[in-house]
Amino acid sequence: MSSSDPQSFISALPFARALGMRLEAIDAGEARISMDWDARFVGDPATGVIHGGAVSALMDTCGGAAVMSYPGATTTATIDLRIDYMRAATPGQRITARAICYHVTRNVAFVRATAHDEDTNNPVATAAGAFTFDRAQKVPE
Amino acid sequence: MKHPEPVQQVKYRRDTALQTLVGAIPYAQFLGIQFERHGDELTAVLPFDDSLIGNPILPALHGGVIASFLEVAAIVELSWAMLWEELESGRLSAESMAQNMPRLPKTIDFTIDYLRTGLPRDAYARARVNRSGRRYASVHVEAWQDNRARLFAQATGHFLMPQPPLPPTGRD
Repeated sequence: MSSSDPQSFISALPFARALGMRLEAIDAGEARISMDWDARFVGDPATGVIHGGAVSALMDTCGGAAVMSYPGATTTATIDLRIDYMRAATPGQRITARAICYHVTRNVAFVRATAHDEDTNNPVATAAGAFTFDRAQKVPE
Repeated sequence: MKHPEPVQQVKYRRDTALQTLVGAIPYAQFLGIQFERHGDELTAVLPFDDSLIGNPILPALHGGVIASFLEVAAIVELSWAMLWEELESGRLSAESMAQNMPRLPKTIDFTIDYLRTGLPRDAYARARVNRSGRRYASVHVEAWQDNRARLFAQATGHFLMPQPPLPPTGRD
């Protein structure tokens, strides 16, 4: 994965494509990615609510995108991710995740993310994670 | 003395109930997740597919696929543990389950620990219910690929248990 073309971030990931994810915005450590409601992603047929795993996948992808857009980032992988599910996402509504890479060390990037449906005031889920962080090597003098 | 139930009948009941439970979760079908059963022990199986890739250069399974696989394994294990007593006591039949699916637990939180890269191969997971109360449950899941002792991911989740319907008030 290369940070040179962030717009290609999603289309390069087969599973992000399978879930129909769309990169809405990306800039210096922040990313916004959305995903349509789809009957195939439902977790509980009695309610039509999207499975938590699909929301996790969206949050993980968005967190990874935020890290990749951090200045100097080259590659990343998730170390751990905790997701809190605040409420059921309303069936039929698009889910949007926003992630911010709020701190990086030499090897680790720290990320927070939230997901909401069309009711932007009440998050569906929040997440916190640690990602691996690799910087572009400086050319030795 | 009561004759033991024929083995085929026991297996049919348990397998049908399990298939009904898993078949009712569209997202588990979308990912292609299957469950193998030995007695009451379940193993979740995720057959590899190209669409499950996250990093095409390595290549590696998408972190979201791993999270989804573990969460499905946890929810199915918890539901299965809840249904087992009902099924074995004869209070619930696999047929009546299909007509009236029991409500599933709801995830409160889920923490995934990515230990190793998910290889482009089949993955397996087993969940353990560490605590299951009337309202809350805590479940731990371990996932591996080629070697059972080398986990590639583990997770812990908390779940809100489905509440039984309120007893009749006697007025209706």
